Amino acid sequence: MSPYQPRIPLISVTPRGLYCPRGDFYIDPWEGVDTALITHAHSDHAREGSQLYHISEQSLGIIQRRLGAEGQYITHSYSQSFTLGDVLISFHPAGHILGSAQIRMECEGEVWVVSGDYKRDYDPTCAAFEVVPCDVFITESTFGLPIFVWKGIEEETEAIYRWWKKNQEVGKNSMLACYALGKSQRVLHALAAFTDQPVLLHGATQVLVDLYREQGVPLIATQPATDYGKDMTGQLILAPPGAIGSTWSRKFGPYETGFASGWMRIRGNRRRKAYDQGFVISDHADWPALLQTVRECGAKKIYVTHGYTDDLSRFLCELGHDAEPLETLFAREEDG
Amino acid sequence: MKRLVQLFEEIDTTTSTKAKVTALATYFQTAPPRDAVWTLYYFLGRKQKRLVKRKTIQTAVQELSELPDWLFEQSYTAVGDLAETIALLTESIGHKVFSDVPLHVWIEERLPFLSKQNEDEQKIILKNWWRELSTEEVFILTKLITGGFRSGVSVRLVVRGLVEAFQWDEAILSEKLIGEWPVTEDWFLGLGSAEREGLSLYPYPFFLASPVDGEAEALGPIQDFAVEWKWDGIRSQIVKREGQVAIWSRGEELISQSFPELLTLGKELADGTVLDGEILAFAEGKVKAFADLQKRLQRKKVSEKMVKENPVVFLAFDCLQANSVDLRDQPLGERRRILDSIVKDMNHPTLQSSTLILLESWDELLTLRGESRSRGVEGMMLKRLSSVYQMGRKKGDWWKWKIDPMTLDAVMLYAQAGHGKRANLYTDYTFGLWKDGQIVPFAKAYSGLSNEEIGKLDTWIRKNTLEKFGPVRSVKPLKVFEIAFEGIQLSPRHKSGIAVRFPRILRERLDKKPEDADSLATAMELMHAPTVDA
Repeated sequence: MSPYQPRIPLISVTPRGLYCPRGDFYIDPWEGVDTALITHAHSDHAREGSQLYHISEQSLGIIQRRLGAEGQYITHSYSQSFTLGDVLISFHPAGHILGSAQIRMECEGEVWVVSGDYKRDYDPTCAAFEVVPCDVFITESTFGLPIFVWKGIEEETEAIYRWWKKNQEVGKNSMLACYALGKSQRVLHALAAFTDQPVLLHGATQVLVDLYREQGVPLIATQPATDYGKDMTGQLILAPPGAIGSTWSRKFGPYETGFASGWMRIRGNRRRKAYDQGFVISDHADWPALLQTVRECGAKKIYVTHGYTDDLSRFLCELGHDAEPLETLFAREEDG
Repeated sequence: MKRLVQLFEEIDTTTSTKAKVTALATYFQTAPPRDAVWTLYYFLGRKQKRLVKRKTIQTAVQELSELPDWLFEQSYTAVGDLAETIALLTESIGHKVFSDVPLHVWIEERLPFLSKQNEDEQKIILKNWWRELSTEEVFILTKLITGGFRSGVSVRLVVRGLVEAFQWDEAILSEKLIGEWPVTEDWFLGLGSAEREGLSLYPYPFFLASPVDGEAEALGPIQDFAVEWKWDGIRSQIVKREGQVAIWSRGEELISQSFPELLTLGKELADGTVLDGEILAFAEGKVKAFADLQKRLQRKKVSEKMVKENPVVFLAFDCLQANSVDLRDQPLGERRRILDSIVKDMNHPTLQSSTLILLESWDELLTLRGESRSRGVEGMMLKRLSSVYQMGRKKGDWWKWKIDPMTLDAVMLYAQAGHGKRANLYTDYTFGLWKDGQIVPFAKAYSGLSNEEIGKLDTWIRKNTLEKFGPVRSVKPLKVFEIAFEGIQLSPRHKSGIAVRFPRILRERLDKKPEDADSLATAMELMHAPTVDA
């Protein structure tokens, strides 16, 4: 396929992040700007300091919680268009976490889509990924290697449940590291299929669980972990990765540790991080899903960002797509 | 096979020693002995051969998953382990029909059959097997096929598992597990009996010293201890029984062939004698650097010329058997008395006994320890005079107290992704020193940083890469680290002209700029050959 030359450079890479000159806005900017469009509320995408934020309706609560309620936010429902400068913009579900969005931009008849982080797997805690036809697709590639293939959430959640029960039998607690936003809620939803025993939460997780509940996402019963003392045993406790091994976790009796993350697909990652157990649960697209999405959106030009950019773009080219890495300033994400 | 995989997973997913021992015990109690003996074999780290070329396995998996070479390599780089990469890539095979073929059938029938086929047939067989196996089983199987299986538990834990399972005698069991043994059901079932036939040339399990951490004085009165210099050599036992001699390294490898002069020495020992000590490179009355000793180990057959050019001595520090009597339950003082009389009676040029230093105060020891570097030793050994000869690393009676290492401040030049536990992360670094206005590489180091520091450095490396060469990146020469090492030698093979031993990172010198790093000239000044007799 001959290289596709986008008619207008709708997006350029700047030191502050992805910039759209025709609409004078940034997407997930790295530092404070006048106008920021936010794909989702994770802290490496939604950063403070901007004058005005355009965000999805469903992410308002979380973003206010993280960036402060005083900021100026304009919310948009999925698929509803609005205009900035010469650009017609709409947010579409990315299936990553509650309120996560792909951003569609149309200008002079050419359509660009920035995927943000996304996944194609079943996740009833947020709106499912929508295929948005486009000319230019900017895709993430956090797990852009063929070794990253996810099992179903049910299978891994069952493994978490069995691990919890096994630890319970020997009088131990199960401390599961889960990213506080998105991963925790997904696991809490899936666990309801196996038990109705309440799960204990770290404070940081609790806040976000409450925000999900406010939006009507059904989750298994939970309780703040701090209500319990050293003598509790056999409990499942969800906490952000940083909290495990900290003074907070030493308040509890003996426990085994686990980590729910796509990185746990590789044994070395689990051993390096010294978790006893790894559960492969990711809110990012796995290798087959990345290829599927590129195929389905029908883009003539693919830019690959955020992850295994070189490898995914090279393989896409070998499949006949026109793809290249888009160098951005995102830090390497640790918590897939 | 499924049982072995389950055992491996249980051990792999706990950090508790007790849980590991329990998992081993349960396995040995419930697995059929014919399979259990193979598990024991592999868990003790026994010799394995590669049965199939790496390329064959790799091609088979690429054919199945339709991946180009470069993408396989990138995947391998990210995973850091070949067998795991293979296993992960086979997972997407549809329509698996699982089976559970016993471990002994795999090892005694299936694997030998595989190794005899031509490459095309091997690929077909592998693909068929993968359809029968879970990802975890493919991982273990590939490890067995490539000869890279590692259990992740020490020999000691395996022994404890067996003892817990069958209440066998630990001492007898440990001895029986040393050396060559037939991998059979009968042999496994006979492990519990007290008979020790056919063991005549095996060494005793080595007793290992623990590092002194903190104040040595806390060990008690110094009068309770025998003090020795800690030489940098090869820990070994010379075993003389029934007219035969064997020399064993600490890793329980037979190294007799590398040291013919010690075989000659051993022949002159009385039957039923076992000496424990250190093989040292030694010439003109002086101990030489470890590198000289290594030349001997590197080849199976050692020429006469080699023996002449790189002479060694056996520096004995313990006697475990004399006149066919096991002395291990005797106190060290008594064993030393017997050793000294043997060495004296032999009066052999390649046999010496270590100097025992008896001291009155810890201060005297501190003074002596300060001389370590100029004497060319690594530090001191402290052995309780009343101690019996135990097995493995048991804390309490034998201590090693190493001197502080030499250090240099060097600039990070290159980074490479690690393997296994450190895969997908830049953990192996090359450091350089100044020479004529340039920074030249002088040492590679990968240990010494915490996981958190490694993570931060990894991010920094990715942001400050100058060039990529495959898995290696050159980085901006901005960061200074304090590098520690045990020894330094001239080396024409290295670009810098020097080679250092056991380099590792002590800390990042955030207070130093690259221009403050040390020069090669400073490194040269640190170099001086050991000068004192053993």
